[in-house]
Amino acid sequence: MVSTEKPRQYKVVGTRPIRPDGVDKVTGRAAYGADTKAEGMLFGAVLRSPHAHAIIKSIDTSKAEALPGVKAVVTARDFGAHAGGGVVDLGETRGQANYMQDNVLANHKVLYHGHAVAGVAATDQHIAEDALALIDVQYEVLPFVIDVREAMLDTAPILLDDLRTTVRAANSTLPTDKPTNIALHMSLEKGDLEKGMAEADVIVEREFETGMFHQGYIEPQNATAFWNRDGEITVWTSTQGAFSVRDAMAALCKVPVSKIKIVPMEIGGGFGGKLGVYLEPIAALLSRKTGHPVKLWMTREAVFQATGPTSATYMRVKMGAKRDGTFTGAYAYLAYEAGAFPGSPMGAGAQCAFAPYNIPNQTVEGFDVVINGPKTAAYRAPGAPASEFAVEAVVNELAEQLEIDPIELRLRNASKEGTPNTVGQPFPRIGAVEVMDAMKSHPHYASELTGEDVGRGVAVGFWFNGGMESSSSAAVNSDGTVSLILGSTDIGGSRASLAMQLAETLGLTMDDVKPQVVDTDSVGWTHVTGGSRTTFAGGWVAYELGMQIREQMRERAAQIWEVDADKVTYGDDGAIHGPDSKTMSFAELSGQLAATGGRIAVSASLTKNTQGPAYAGHIVDLKVDRDTGKVEILRYTAIQDVGTAIHPSYVEGQIQGGVAQGIGMALNEEYIYDDEGRLRNGSFLDYRMPVANDLPMIDTVLIEVPNPGHPYGVRGVGEVPIVPPMAAIQQAIYDAIGTRFYVTPISPRRILEETMPD
Amino acid sequence: MSNRVKTDRIVITAKINGDERTFLADERDSLLEALRERIGLTGAKEGCNNGNCGACAVLLNGVLVNSCCVMAAEIEGAELTTVEGLAGPEGLHPLQQAFLEEAALQCGICTPGFLMASKALLDENPHPTEHDARFWLAGNLCRCTGYDKIIRAVLKAADQMGSNGR
Repeated sequence: MVSTEKPRQYKVVGTRPIRPDGVDKVTGRAAYGADTKAEGMLFGAVLRSPHAHAIIKSIDTSKAEALPGVKAVVTARDFGAHAGGGVVDLGETRGQANYMQDNVLANHKVLYHGHAVAGVAATDQHIAEDALALIDVQYEVLPFVIDVREAMLDTAPILLDDLRTTVRAANSTLPTDKPTNIALHMSLEKGDLEKGMAEADVIVEREFETGMFHQGYIEPQNATAFWNRDGEITVWTSTQGAFSVRDAMAALCKVPVSKIKIVPMEIGGGFGGKLGVYLEPIAALLSRKTGHPVKLWMTREAVFQATGPTSATYMRVKMGAKRDGTFTGAYAYLAYEAGAFPGSPMGAGAQCAFAPYNIPNQTVEGFDVVINGPKTAAYRAPGAPASEFAVEAVVNELAEQLEIDPIELRLRNASKEGTPNTVGQPFPRIGAVEVMDAMKSHPHYASELTGEDVGRGVAVGFWFNGGMESSSSAAVNSDGTVSLILGSTDIGGSRASLAMQLAETLGLTMDDVKPQVVDTDSVGWTHVTGGSRTTFAGGWVAYELGMQIREQMRERAAQIWEVDADKVTYGDDGAIHGPDSKTMSFAELSGQLAATGGRIAVSASLTKNTQGPAYAGHIVDLKVDRDTGKVEILRYTAIQDVGTAIHPSYVEGQIQGGVAQGIGMALNEEYIYDDEGRLRNGSFLDYRMPVANDLPMIDTVLIEVPNPGHPYGVRGVGEVPIVPPMAAIQQAIYDAIGTRFYVTPISPRRILEETMPD
Repeated sequence: MSNRVKTDRIVITAKINGDERTFLADERDSLLEALRERIGLTGAKEGCNNGNCGACAVLLNGVLVNSCCVMAAEIEGAELTTVEGLAGPEGLHPLQQAFLEEAALQCGICTPGFLMASKALLDENPHPTEHDARFWLAGNLCRCTGYDKIIRAVLKAADQMGSNGR
């Protein structure tokens, strides 16, 4: 495979063409999931639990069913048999089918405020909503637990009667055959932690908590389903993974995958929150009962109550260093809440925590804990922002105690090619050092910071960037263009980035490639658009398609010229060259294909179990208003090893978007539950995401250390920029007002408690 | 029990994107619901349904409104511009073109609202500063871009419109 450190000259890669789906998206024509219309379509609504934890004693749907215009009401009973314990692969996360089913429609118990209990289909949206009030649900309210540490106590209310673990929280005396809220305990050990700590001259140990943050995509979840009389199901939905939705539907509705077609509509943001299923099975059950297509979409309140969020955490991190700054040992304790069902991203958080550094002796201990909140979903670099926040904050304190510049301290310990990661595998070529060097020499870092209560902070971040399975096909058109059929849904520009890689391979222009995202019947199995894998793995498939086309075009030209195929070459200029200066452009040959043996179409499915690890380093300046607790971001610089920037504008955009979300986590965003376990801020007014006037321009520096494990050196860029902001901002606030906060978000209220304690 | 569906339908006539349209709506319909489900103009998006995200922004008699917070019945006799009405026969509006050139959209769900809000801004203030644009657009949420490229696109469109007199 291509493995070169030399900067390569590309014609299409690295340019900034207008995206192929752009015009539809600026003219309002692009069809998102909620824009779906089908003949005879009914409108649906979902009844949700008002309680955090309760037994459903009875559900009486008769009054709702009698309301004129109501066509059907469904509850968990309509699933029929309970789904088994099979696992559905959601790409960045995995789901156990029976838990997924119980999350889609509560079975016997509701486990969080907003848990879906029943679905209604009616001839009109208003009638469907009216019908919800006529469904009579009798609950027996149970004690609940939302805090991850409380949920680990022996005395905590138990959510799931079938959950067992052999490892308990410290001080537990509960026998292991009794149910627990701890779904998983994991321990990663490398070297000898005790020895490492004994070698340290300085040790810093701190406790941290991070809040429950929502992905905050602007488009609510939606699904339109039609269960035809022949048993074939079609679902139109906004999803990051059409095939994972199909697999989940098959498991929950107990039908073979071949009976289900998922049509991925345009998707209005996901960030990991649209990998699984919520409304799709409910819409399908309603359609089966009515014989009509049924459309459902969530209210914003339901999105907050019942989808997303990322795990709130409790963490302890201890790190030791020698006087010269060498890290000798590191320990992290990570308790991640999973929401109402097992499956937090604790594992990824554990593997990312110390990944930026070469630390010979380290232990990471992690817990996955169920609580009475919505089942957590992947959220941009799932698990990493929390664990790396804790580690980076400790690194900044170590730097202060050692009196070493914080970037210099990081450089002295930076992971390099060959450094064993937390699970002992050596890193491939990575750009951690290049990123840290660029931070140190950036004019932002050298600039003078003036004014009152202003401060500067730095932090770095790591994310794996996975490969996994992707499929595509391509067909050469008679006018010299190429149709590119994609299995990956396009959440933010992947039609462009994948088409560009095919164009580059073929020596064509971006305009010559026509990418299209298709349904699950029209392309091979493809993993989710997530984990920053799409441009990486999908680009590899595009490259393979291009190489196949090059080969077939070469053979065809040889046939036409009546020469040996090995005398014909395919040039990087997109022309085909033979002996005696024979040459044909791609378009010329394309026009002759039909008459010389048939048109050319190719397909490829690749599974790439490799990674393109990415590092990011951020520098932030901010000002704290002591009277209001508000933090103003004055300047932000995000430096990142992007491998190769296929479309630099969208690479910059991914970084800027990740930074903005990270700033939200650091300063404002957080789920707030009341004493009865009800979410109090399930709206965009009260769940305060950054708006345009909260942010400055976000400067980006793209470092290109090509990934040797990819034909174009792609690493994937979307995840890692959300990792450094929390720690960088925490440090900058300390620099500004002298207080280190160990709980995020560092909201105005928390700052005021420090600046105005009375 | 009567099987008749209770409806409170009203007839509304308004000038939408330059054309007079008469349509039937439920008296409980918001303007957003009527646009999307009765008229078939799905460019305005529902992000929150309570006026906090701006994805459903339209111009009502030239004034920027969140269509989820306006009743359909209120537009009787009014003039309405939605994102579908932004491009003219001569091509894309400079804002649309600038959004494409500056990569000011990723998923695109907030784009119709940003375009309408930006149009309202430039109608009122043809030469906004970055600060003006950031404060004017604070009612529109974007979760993908961090706003950087959106602000650049709006300022670029303003420049271009200023220089060719549009």
